[in-house]
Amino acid sequence: MMLSALFFYLFAIMCVGAGFMVVAARNPVHAVLFLILAFFNAAGLFVLLGAEFLAMILVVVYVGAVLVLFLFVVMMLDVDFAELRAGFLKYLPIGVTIGLLLLVELIFVVGAWITAPTVFIDVPTPAPAQVSNTQALGEILYTRYVYLFEVAGLILLVAMVGAIVLTLHHKRDVRRQSVAAQVGRTREMAVEVVQVETGRGLK
Amino acid sequence: MTVGLTHYLTVAAVLFTIGIFGIFLNRKNVIVILMSIELMLLAVNINFVAFSAFHGDLVGQVFTMIVLTVAAAEAAIGLALVVVYFRNRGTIDVAEIDLLKG
Amino acid sequence: MYQAIVFLPLLGAVFAGFFGRFVGPRACEVVTTTLLFIACFLAWLAFYQVAIGGHDVRIELLGWIHSGELKTYWSLRVDTLTAVMLVVVTTVSSLVHLYSFGYMDEDPHKERFFAYLSLFTFAMLALVTSDDLLQLYFGWEGVGLASYLLIGFWYKKPSANAAAIKAFIVNRVGDFGFALGIFAIFVLFGTVQYDPIFASAPDQVAKTMDFLGYQVPALDLICFLLFMGAMGKSAQFLLHTWLPDAMEGPTPVSALIHAATMVTAGVFMVARFSPLFELAPYALAFVAIIGATSAFFAATAAVVQTDIKRTIAYSTCSQLGYMFAAEGVGAFGAGMFHLFTHANFKALLFLCAGAVTHTLADNRDMRRMGGLRKLMPFTWAMMLIGSLALTAFPLTSGFVSKDYIIETTWFDHTTVGLYTYWMTLIAAFLTSLYTWRLMFMTFEGNFRGGKQAQDHVHDAPWTMGVPMTVLAAGALFAGLAFRHLFIGADEASFWRDSIALQEPAHHDVPFWLTISPTLGMVIGFLIAWYCYMWQPLLPFALLKRFPAVNRFFLNAWYFDALYDFLFVRPAKRLGYILWKVGDGTIIDGIGPDGVAARVIDITNRVVKLQTGYIYHYAFIMLIGVALLITYFIFTGGGLAP
Repeated sequence: MMLSALFFYLFAIMCVGAGFMVVAARNPVHAVLFLILAFFNAAGLFVLLGAEFLAMILVVVYVGAVLVLFLFVVMMLDVDFAELRAGFLKYLPIGVTIGLLLLVELIFVVGAWITAPTVFIDVPTPAPAQVSNTQALGEILYTRYVYLFEVAGLILLVAMVGAIVLTLHHKRDVRRQSVAAQVGRTREMAVEVVQVETGRGLK
Repeated sequence: MTVGLTHYLTVAAVLFTIGIFGIFLNRKNVIVILMSIELMLLAVNINFVAFSAFHGDLVGQVFTMIVLTVAAAEAAIGLALVVVYFRNRGTIDVAEIDLLKG
Repeated sequence: MYQAIVFLPLLGAVFAGFFGRFVGPRACEVVTTTLLFIACFLAWLAFYQVAIGGHDVRIELLGWIHSGELKTYWSLRVDTLTAVMLVVVTTVSSLVHLYSFGYMDEDPHKERFFAYLSLFTFAMLALVTSDDLLQLYFGWEGVGLASYLLIGFWYKKPSANAAAIKAFIVNRVGDFGFALGIFAIFVLFGTVQYDPIFASAPDQVAKTMDFLGYQVPALDLICFLLFMGAMGKSAQFLLHTWLPDAMEGPTPVSALIHAATMVTAGVFMVARFSPLFELAPYALAFVAIIGATSAFFAATAAVVQTDIKRTIAYSTCSQLGYMFAAEGVGAFGAGMFHLFTHANFKALLFLCAGAVTHTLADNRDMRRMGGLRKLMPFTWAMMLIGSLALTAFPLTSGFVSKDYIIETTWFDHTTVGLYTYWMTLIAAFLTSLYTWRLMFMTFEGNFRGGKQAQDHVHDAPWTMGVPMTVLAAGALFAGLAFRHLFIGADEASFWRDSIALQEPAHHDVPFWLTISPTLGMVIGFLIAWYCYMWQPLLPFALLKRFPAVNRFFLNAWYFDALYDFLFVRPAKRLGYILWKVGDGTIIDGIGPDGVAARVIDITNRVVKLQTGYIYHYAFIMLIGVALLITYFIFTGGGLAP
C-alpha cells in the first residue's frame, strides 16, 4: 500500500515537473525530450491504475511514433532559439493569475465531487475479474464498439493522406524515373544514325 | 493516506493547466503549442483512465484509445502544416503569424 | 374675344419659349409680335365696346379654389378701368415687340427674350382682368417673375443678376404686405371677389381689427397693407431701390415694364380698390404723402445722374408719385389718365434712349454723348416730343394730365393736400430741369465720346422708328383726345362704377394755379439752358465745389446704402452663420458626419482586438472558460445537488 502510494507520488511529481519543463525549456529539442519523459511517467500512472495495455500503447505508439515525429520536425526546421524567450515575462503575471484561478477551480470541483452511489451498480461495461486488461479491452472493443474502431481507422487514413498532400512537393530539378515511358520507348526515339566524316566528330 | 480518485484528478488538472500555459505564454515557437496540446490530451487521458479504474467501467479506456488515435492524427497533420508554413515563411515565430490582423 | 386678348400673348410665349430652338429666332419674333398686334387690335375694340359703349363684361373661365368659405375663380372682368389698362398694356407691348426686332438684332438669345416679353404681357393682362384678389395676386407675382427674368436677361453679367434678384426681393417685401392685406380682407369680408367686397364695404367702416395687439380701423389697415404692395411694385419712396438698378436689362424691357406697365400695376390696384380707399381716410392720406414724396425725391435724384437710363428711371418713379398723389387726394380718374399719357411719353423716351445707346455700343454715360442732333435727327425729334410731353409743355398730353393733378391737389383743403401740392409743383420744376439737361447733354454741343464711336453713329431703323412714331403721336395728342373721357365732362358715363368718383371739385380754377406748373417748367428749362448750353463749365464747377451734395443726390439720398447696412448685411451674415454653423457644424456634425465619424472612431478601437496572434485568441478563450467554470460553480450547473 505504501509502495503504491510512493510510486504514485514519484510518477506524479515527475510528470508534472516534466510538463512544466516542456513549456519552460529554451531549446525545443529539450522540450520534446521532456515531453517524452512526461509521457513515460504518465504510462507509469496508468500501470498503477491497472490499465497496463494503455500504458504500453502510450509508450509504443505515442512516444515511439508521434513524439519521435515531433523530434524529426523540430530538428528539420531551422529554429533559432536565441531570442526565444522575449515577451514571455510581459504576459506572465496575468497569465499565471488566470491559470492558477482555473487550476484552483478545477481542484475545488474535483475535491467536492461525490459520485452518486447508483453509478457503481449499473456499470455499462464491468471489468471482468479473471481476464487481463488487454483481453478485456479486446472483448468489448471488437464487439460493442466496433464502429468507433473502424472510424478511428478512417481518421488515421485521412490524416495520412492529408500529411502527404500537404508536405509532398516535387522538386523541379530532380529527375524521376517513369517506368511506363522507359518501356514504351521506340527505336525512332532512341537511336539516330548519322554519317560522320572521319576526323570531324559530331556537331 | 490512500491514493484516491481525487489525487489522480488533481494531477490531470495540473497537467491541463500547464498545457494551457504553454499555449499562450509561448511567443516564439509553434511546435511548443502543438506539444502543449499533447499535454492537455494526456491530462484528459489520465482523467478517463482514473475514472474507468475507480468506477470499474471499461468504457473509459476504450475512449482513451480513441483519443490516442485522434491525437496522433492531429499531431501528424499539425506538424505537416508547420513544415509547409516554414517552407513558405521561413520562420515559425508565433509573433510573426499575424496575417489575420484586422 | 376677351379670352383672345389675354391668351394670345401666352400662346406666343409658349411658342417662343418651348419651340424657339426648332423654328429659329426669326419665326419667334414674327409670331409673338403678330399675336400681340392682334391682341392690341382686339383690345382697342374692347375699349370701344366696354368703355365708350358702356357694356361691362364678366366671363368666368374656370373654378379655382373651393375650400370652405373661400371661393375663387379664373375669370375675366372687363369694365372701363380694365379696358383702359388693356389698351395701354397691349399697345405698348406690341410696339416694344416690334422695336425689339431692331434693338435685339445681334443678340443670340432672341427666342428667350420674346418668350419672356410675351409671358410678361400675359401676366399683366391676367392681373388687370382679374375679378378677385387671388387672380390679381397671381398676375402680380407673374409680372414680378417676368421682371426678374428680363432684368437678368443677360445673365452672364453679375450686375444684371444682382439687379434682378434685388428687384425681386424688394418686390417681395411689398408683396408680403399685399398678401397680409388679402388675408385681412378675407377675414373681414369672408370673400375675395371684388363685387361682394365693394358692395359690403360701407358696412365695415366702423369696424376695427386686432393688429399686433392694437385695435386699428379695419379698412384703413387693409388699404395700408394693399398699398404696401403697390409701393413695392411701383417703386415708390422707401421701396424704390430696385428701379434704377433694373436698368441693367435691355432697353425694350425698361420701356415696357418699368415705364408703362408693371410699375403701373400699383396705380391700377389702388384705382381698382378705390371704393375701399375712399372709406379709409388715413390710408388714403398715406398714399398721397408717399406719392408726393416720391415725386419730389426721385426728381432730385434724377437731376444729377450721369446714366441716361437711370435719369429716365428716376423720372418714372417721380411720375408714378404723381399718379399716387392724385389717387391720394381722391382723384382716381386723374391718376389713371396720367397713367395713360405717361405710358406714351415714358415708353417713347426709353425707346429713344435705347436707340441712342444701341448706336453708341451700349454706352449709357451722358458725359460721353453730345452733338447727336445732327447725327440722329429722327431720334432727336422723337425724344424732343417725349420731353415736351414729360415736362408738360402746353397742349401736350403730359400738360393735360400732370397739370390737372397739380391743380387737383390744391383743391384738397387739408394739410396733406397742401404738402402734396408743393411737392408736386417743385417736382414739376425739377422734371423740366433734368429733362432738358438730358436733352442738352445728349444732343447738343460737340460729341464727347471719341472719333471711333462717332463714326458708328446711325439713326434708328424702321422697326425702331415706327413704334417711336406711334408713341410720339400718342404723347402729343392722347391728352387732348381723351381728356373729356377720363377727367372731363363725360367722366361719369365713362368710368361708371369701375372706380370711385368724387364730385368734380375742380371748379373755378384761379389763373395763378393754372400757370404755376407751367412757370416751373419754364424756369427749369431756362436754368438747364444756362447750365448746359451757355455756360457748360458751370455744372462742373458746381460739382467740384459741392461734391458731397452731388453724391447725396446721386446715390438717391443714400437709401441703398442704408438698406444695405440695416437689412442686407445682417441678413447675409445671418444666412452665412446658419449655413456654416447651423447647418455645417451643428446639424451635419450631430447627424451624418458626426455619426459617421463616431462609427469610424469606435471601429478603429474595436479593430485593435483583432491582433492576428493565436496566443491572444487562446488567452481570451481561457478567460472565457474560467468564467464559465466560475459561473457553473456558483449556480451548480443546473444539476440536482
